[in-house]
Amino acid sequence: MRLLVCVKRVPAPGARINITDDEQDVDAAHLGFTTSPHEECALEEAVQIVEEHGGEVTVLTLGPAEAEEQLRYAASVGAHHFVLLPVTEVDWDPQRTANALVKAIENLEENAEPFDLVLFGNESADSGGFQVGVRVAHALDRPMVNGIKGIEIAENKVTARREIDGGFEVYAIPTPAVLGVKEGINLPRYPTMKGRLASKKAEIEINEPTAEEGGQTRIRLHRPEEKVSETVILGNGPEAAPAVVDLLQELGVL
Amino acid sequence: MSEFPTQAKVVVIGAGIVGNCLVGHLARLGWEDIVLLDKGPLPNPGGSTGHASNFIFPVDHNKEMALLGEQSANQYRDLELSVDSGGIEVARTEERMEELNRRMTSATAWGIEAHLLSPAEVKEHVPFINEEVILGGFYCPTVSVVDSLETGTVMRKEAIEKAGCQVFANTEVLDIETSEENGVTSVKAVVTDKGRVEAEYVVIACGVWSNRLANMAGAYIPLAPVVHQMADVGPLDILAETNNEIGYPIVRDMDTFCYERQSAGSMEVGSYGHRAIIHHPDTIPSNEEAALSPTEMPFTPDDFDDQMETAIELMDMLGDAEIKYAINGLLSLTPDGMPCLGETPEVRNLWSAAAVWVKEGPGMAQVVAEWMTYGYPRVIDAHGADIARFYDGERSEEHIWSRADESFIKTYGIVHPSEQWAGRRNIEVGPYFSRQEELDAMFFQARTWERPQWYGANADLVDRYDLKEREVEWDNRWWSPITIGEHLNLRENCGLVDLSAFQIYTLEGEGAVEYADYLAVNKIDVPVGRSIYTPWLTPDGGFHSDLTMMRLAEDKVAIVTGVFDGGRDSFWVNRHMPTDGSVKFTNLTHKITTLGLWGPNAPETLSQLTDHDLSQEGSSYGSITEVDIAGLPCRIFRISYVGDTGWEIYTDWDNGPALWDALMKAGADLGIRATGGGVYGTSGRIEKGYRLMGAELESEYNPLEAGLARPKVKAANFIGKEAYLAAREQGAPEVSMCTLTVEDLADSQGRLRYPQGGNEPILNMDGERIVDSHGRASRVTSAGYGPSVGKHLLMAYLPTELAVPDTDLQVMYMNELYPVKVGSTGSVFDPEDSRLKS
Amino acid sequence: MSVLVLCDHDRGTLAEASLEALTFGRQLASDLGVVCHSVLIGQGADNASETLPTYGAETIHLVEHESLSDYGPAAWGESLNQLVNATNPAAVLASGTDRGNEVLAHLAATLDLPFVANCVTTNTNNSSSWIMTRVQWGGSLLEDSELNTDKVKLFTVAHHGIEAEESSSPASGQKEIFTPELEESITHTMVADRVVLTQGITLSTSPVVVGGGRGVGSAEAFAPLEELAAELNGVVGCSRAVTNNGWRPHSDQVGQTGTRIAPQIYIANGISGAIQHWVGAMAAKNILAINTDPEANMVAKAGYAVIGDLHQVIPAVLEEVRRRKS
Repeated sequence: MRLLVCVKRVPAPGARINITDDEQDVDAAHLGFTTSPHEECALEEAVQIVEEHGGEVTVLTLGPAEAEEQLRYAASVGAHHFVLLPVTEVDWDPQRTANALVKAIENLEENAEPFDLVLFGNESADSGGFQVGVRVAHALDRPMVNGIKGIEIAENKVTARREIDGGFEVYAIPTPAVLGVKEGINLPRYPTMKGRLASKKAEIEINEPTAEEGGQTRIRLHRPEEKVSETVILGNGPEAAPAVVDLLQELGVL
Repeated sequence: MSEFPTQAKVVVIGAGIVGNCLVGHLARLGWEDIVLLDKGPLPNPGGSTGHASNFIFPVDHNKEMALLGEQSANQYRDLELSVDSGGIEVARTEERMEELNRRMTSATAWGIEAHLLSPAEVKEHVPFINEEVILGGFYCPTVSVVDSLETGTVMRKEAIEKAGCQVFANTEVLDIETSEENGVTSVKAVVTDKGRVEAEYVVIACGVWSNRLANMAGAYIPLAPVVHQMADVGPLDILAETNNEIGYPIVRDMDTFCYERQSAGSMEVGSYGHRAIIHHPDTIPSNEEAALSPTEMPFTPDDFDDQMETAIELMDMLGDAEIKYAINGLLSLTPDGMPCLGETPEVRNLWSAAAVWVKEGPGMAQVVAEWMTYGYPRVIDAHGADIARFYDGERSEEHIWSRADESFIKTYGIVHPSEQWAGRRNIEVGPYFSRQEELDAMFFQARTWERPQWYGANADLVDRYDLKEREVEWDNRWWSPITIGEHLNLRENCGLVDLSAFQIYTLEGEGAVEYADYLAVNKIDVPVGRSIYTPWLTPDGGFHSDLTMMRLAEDKVAIVTGVFDGGRDSFWVNRHMPTDGSVKFTNLTHKITTLGLWGPNAPETLSQLTDHDLSQEGSSYGSITEVDIAGLPCRIFRISYVGDTGWEIYTDWDNGPALWDALMKAGADLGIRATGGGVYGTSGRIEKGYRLMGAELESEYNPLEAGLARPKVKAANFIGKEAYLAAREQGAPEVSMCTLTVEDLADSQGRLRYPQGGNEPILNMDGERIVDSHGRASRVTSAGYGPSVGKHLLMAYLPTELAVPDTDLQVMYMNELYPVKVGSTGSVFDPEDSRLKS
Repeated sequence: MSVLVLCDHDRGTLAEASLEALTFGRQLASDLGVVCHSVLIGQGADNASETLPTYGAETIHLVEHESLSDYGPAAWGESLNQLVNATNPAAVLASGTDRGNEVLAHLAATLDLPFVANCVTTNTNNSSSWIMTRVQWGGSLLEDSELNTDKVKLFTVAHHGIEAEESSSPASGQKEIFTPELEESITHTMVADRVVLTQGITLSTSPVVVGGGRGVGSAEAFAPLEELAAELNGVVGCSRAVTNNGWRPHSDQVGQTGTRIAPQIYIANGISGAIQHWVGAMAAKNILAINTDPEANMVAKAGYAVIGDLHQVIPAVLEEVRRRKS
C-alpha cells in the first residue's frame, strides 16, 4: 500500500497561549512544537497499516523550514518518505495550503500509482480550519470523510468508522480515498532511541510551494474576554457533601 | 485558605526542596511566625525540584559538597523517603580509571564505602550493561534515590505543625521592599499578588529564579539557569520485572557525561554532555505558559543525539525503548560551582538559599537555618558556599554565563584541583601585569584576580638547581619545576612577589580601634606602627578569618586579607559595624599595591633604595614604617609568609611599576627574581607551616587546634570570646595542626607521586581513618614539595596524641598508600626562625 | 437574496446546534435586509423541520433524492451546491459541528470559495469583504479574519458560541422541495452502517457530566464517579491525561481533541484545568471543581468548588444523594 499523511507543525502550548506583539501569531518563545494531535494519530495509523499490509508511508508538510523536525519525528516512528513545502509567511490560508498540497501530491503520484489513502487530521490544533483535507480530496477527485476513528483495509476499499454520539457511523469507501483522522483512533507510539537516530539520516525532499492566496486573510489574533467568576467554595473535604447535594437539587439534576 | 498575613518574622520564598526543608529546620530550631510562598501550585510548584532525577552520589572531592550531600542523604533516610540503590561510575578511558582511584581516595576521606569493580563485576550488578566498552567501575552501595517532593511536603508539614508556618501557593512575589537606616539597607516587606507582608527576615529559595527575586531588593544572587537534558525511555521488561521504582544501581557513564537511572519500568537517561544551553530567568515561562512545568522546557533533540548513541552503546536494550518523555530541565549553575547561601551583602536580613540541587538540599537548608539562628552554620564550615564570597566582577551576567558555559561540561568532568578557567580572565590585574607578561608569567586566577604562579623567564633556574618535571602527568599538570627554582633562588638570593591581590581596608574614626578589637582575637590596641596577625572568630569560636591588621594611627587600623576572603571579610566588618558613625570602613584594594621582597639578599637590595635603617632594630619584625623607596612614598612591613627575611612594601597603585623596576634593578646583581605564587602560597608557606584561611582554617576548628592561640586572652570583648575561653578551659585541644613529611613517594609502579592537597585521608598504620569525637577526619588540607627540606609536605589536623614528631602514619593518594611521618606542629624548615631574624 | 442556514438532522431528529446557526442566520439576514432560509437534506428531513419557523426560517428547503438515505458529506455538500446555484444566497452557514464544518468544506471546495469555520461574530461591513471573528485553539484564542469574496459567503458558527433564541415574530416556514441531480459515485461516502454503543444520553448531550482527571489515580478509582453519574442520570467524562494513561477510552475524553460538553453541571474531579480540557468543558452551564489544590486552574474557573480529596468527597456526596433520594 502507498499511504500519504499530511501533517502540520504546531506549537505545544501550556494553560495560557501568548500572542506576538504584531498579533499575527502565537508567541512560541517558550514553546516546543509538535505534530498536531489528530495528525499524529493519522501518522500512527498509516504506520500500523503498512506494518500489517506492507507498503510505504510518505509524510508531507507545508510549514516553516523547522517543520523538518516533524518530518524527522515521523521518520523516527516508522514513516518512509518525506516532503517539506517550506513557507515563510505565518500561516497560509486553507485554500492556498490545499492548492499547494494538491500540486505536491500530483508530483508524488507522477509516474507512480496514486496513494491508496491520503490521511489528514480532522482539523489542525491551532487554526482549526476544518477544510484542507476536503479541498484536496475534491481537487484529486477522491472520496473523503472526516472524523475517522477506525480504519479497516480491504481490497480496493476501506471501512472507516466515524464516532457520533453514542456510537459509530460506518463508511465503506473505495480507494484511492482521503480520510480525516481523529485522536483516539490509536495511541501513537513514541519514537525509540534507534528510531530517532535513524531519522537523522532520512532524506527530506524540499519543494518550494507556489499557490495563490485564497479569500481568507488573518487580520489579528486576540484573546477572548475571560469570564471573571468568583468561585463559591462549598466547603472542605467530605463535610461539603450536603452543600454539594443542595446545589444539585437547586440545579434540578437530582 | 487562611488570610494573607501583613506581618511575619520570616518569609521564605520558594517551596522547592530548599524552601520546604528550610522552614522545617527553622521550626526545629524554635522559629515561629514563618510564611512560605511559591508562585506555583503545591506539591510541585514547577521549579527544578519537580523534575530532578533525585539521586545522590555521596562521594565528592569537595568537602562541603561531600559532607552536605551525605548529611542530606541521611535526612532523606531519616524521613524514610530514600532507597539505597547503589551506584556505579563506569570508566571508558584510562584517565577516568585514574579518576576513579581519586574517587576511592575521597570516599576513604569521608568514610563512604566504595569499591573498584572490574567490567565483569560491574555486569554482575548491572546485567544489561555492555561490559566491553568499559574498563571498570567505582561502586558505591550507599548511592540513594530520594523522594524530594514528598520530603518537601513532610518538612513543610512539620513547620506547619511545630511552628504554625503559613503556606501560600500560587502566590507571586511582585516586589521585595527595603528600608534604609544609618546607611544600612534592610529588607522590609514582600509584596505579592495576594497582599503585602512585612517581615524581619526574607529568604530567597527560588532556584533558577533567585536572582530575579534578589534584584527586586537590589541584591544579587549570581546563578544561571542551565539546561540538563533528560529522556525517559521504556518500557523495558528487565526493569519492570523488579517491581520496584529502582532495582538496579544507577550507572554514571562518566566519560560520556551521561547517566542511566531506572525509574520503575523505564530508564531515565540524563546528560551533562551537550552544549551548554543557558537561559535568562526572564525567559523562563510562567506556570500558565509552560506546556509541562516552567523548568521542564521543550526538548531539543539534536542536542541529545550523541548521548543516545553512547547510551545505546553502553546498554543496547535502550535502543528499542520508546522515548516517552524528554525535557530540557533547568538547574542552577554559579560562577564557581558552589551554592549561594547566607545573608546577601547588599541587603540586611535578606538571605539567599539558592543554587542548591536536590542531592544537597536538606543539608544546605540546615546550614542556612543554623546560620540565621546562631549567626553561623554549625553542621559544617560553609565558607565555599557563602554568597558574600563574590566580588563585583563575578556578579555580571557576562561572567556568570561564561562560567556556566565553561563549567557545564565539567559536571561529570575530571577537574584538576588547580584547573584554571579559560574564559573571563584578566578581570583584575596588578599594576605590574605588562612586566609579568614580558617575563612569561603563568597566571593563576584567584576569584577575579590574576596572580603569577611562576615565571617562564626563570626557566634557567631549572638547570641551575638541576630540577625535573614530575613523572606523572596529573602531578605535573598546572605545575612547573620553575616554581622550585624560584623557591631555591629566594632562599639563596631573593625574590620579588606580586601581592596586588591583597584585599586592603581601613577602619577610621574614634571607634575604629575599639571596633577592630571587637572583631579580632588578638589585641589591636597596640602602639601605632605595629601589626597584629590575628584570627577573627565565629560566635562559636571557630575561624571566620585569619588576617593581618595594622595600627596605622591612633584612630586608624588597616585590614589586609587574602584574595579569597575579601568579600566575606568586608561583609563581616559591615555586618557588625557600630551604627553610631564612629567608624568609617574604606576599601583601598584598588588604591594600594603590595610587593613582597624576601630572601637573604632582601635587606641589601632594599638598602640601595632608601636611607632608612633596615636592621632588626630600625625595622623590627612586625613593624610598619613609612619610608621613601626610590623616591616613592611607601610603607614597609617587616613580615614574612615564606620563611626568609624581608618586607611587604605598600605603595600607591600608580607608583607600583616604578617600585617594581627600582627593586628589580637594585637586586639585579643580588640574584633577585620575580617569584610566583607557587613559592608564596605553597612551598615557602608550607615549609614554615603557615596556615591558610579556607584550607587549614575553617569554622570547624578553633585557634587552639590550629596552633594559633596566644598565651593570654585580651581583656577586651570580641566575637567568639566566650566560646574561645571555654575551649581554652578544656586544656589540650583534641586535634592539632601538623606538618607531615612523605617518606617515600614511589607508587606501586615505582613512579614518584605528589599528593596535591585535595583532602587526601591520613590513615593510621592499619590503614584506618583517623576521626575525632566530632567526626572530623584527618585529611590533607594543603600539600606541596618543600625544596629546602627535600621532602613532600602535607598539612593535616591530627588527634593531639598523634601530633608528635616522627609518628608514623600513611596518606592515601590516588587509591595508594604512602608512608608519612609527623614533622612538626610548627615549621619543618628553620623552626627557630633564624632566617627571619637575620 | 437570502441567508441560507444548513440545519443538520439525524434521520429526522434535528441537531440542537442547528438552532444556534439558525438564530445567527436570522440576525445576519436582518442585518443584510434579506430573508432567512433553512435547508434540511435527505430522508426524514421534514420531521426535523417543525421548530425551524420559530427560529426564523422563512423558507425551509427540503432536499430530497433517492440516494440521500442517510448522511453523506459529499452528497450533502453537492446537494447544497446545487441549491446555492438555484437560490443564489448571500451567505450559507451551518453550525460548527463535525458535520456542519464538513459539509460546508465540501461546498467550499466545489465552489472554490473561502470558508471560515467556527465564527462567533460577523461584521458585514457593507462591503464584499466581511470581518469574521472565529475561534482558534478550540476556543483559547480568537482570530479576526477577512472573508474576501464577492460571491456567496460560507462559514460556520462556533457551537456553543451563541445561544439559540426564538424569533420575536415567527417566520412562515414555507416548505420547498428541492431535488438535486446526484451521480452514483457520490454515494461512496454515504453512511453504510451504524454501530450503537450507548442508548440514550451521551457525553455531549448529558445534563450531568462527572469528570475525572489525573487526580483520580487509576482506572479502578473511577468506580465512585460512575456511581455518582448513575445516580444523577449523567455520564462520566475524563481529561486527556486519563486517556493517555489508558484509564478510560478516548470517547470519554472532554477537550479540544475529544468531546465538547455543555451540561447543566460539570463536576470536575481532580482535574487541573489544562487548556486542552477547559475548551471542551467551558460551555457547561455550571462547573463544580473538586480538588485538593485550592489554586488549581479548574477551581479558579469553576463557579463552585470543594477543596478536598475527591476520594473522600465523592463517597460522601454519594451517600448524601442516596439519603435524600430515599
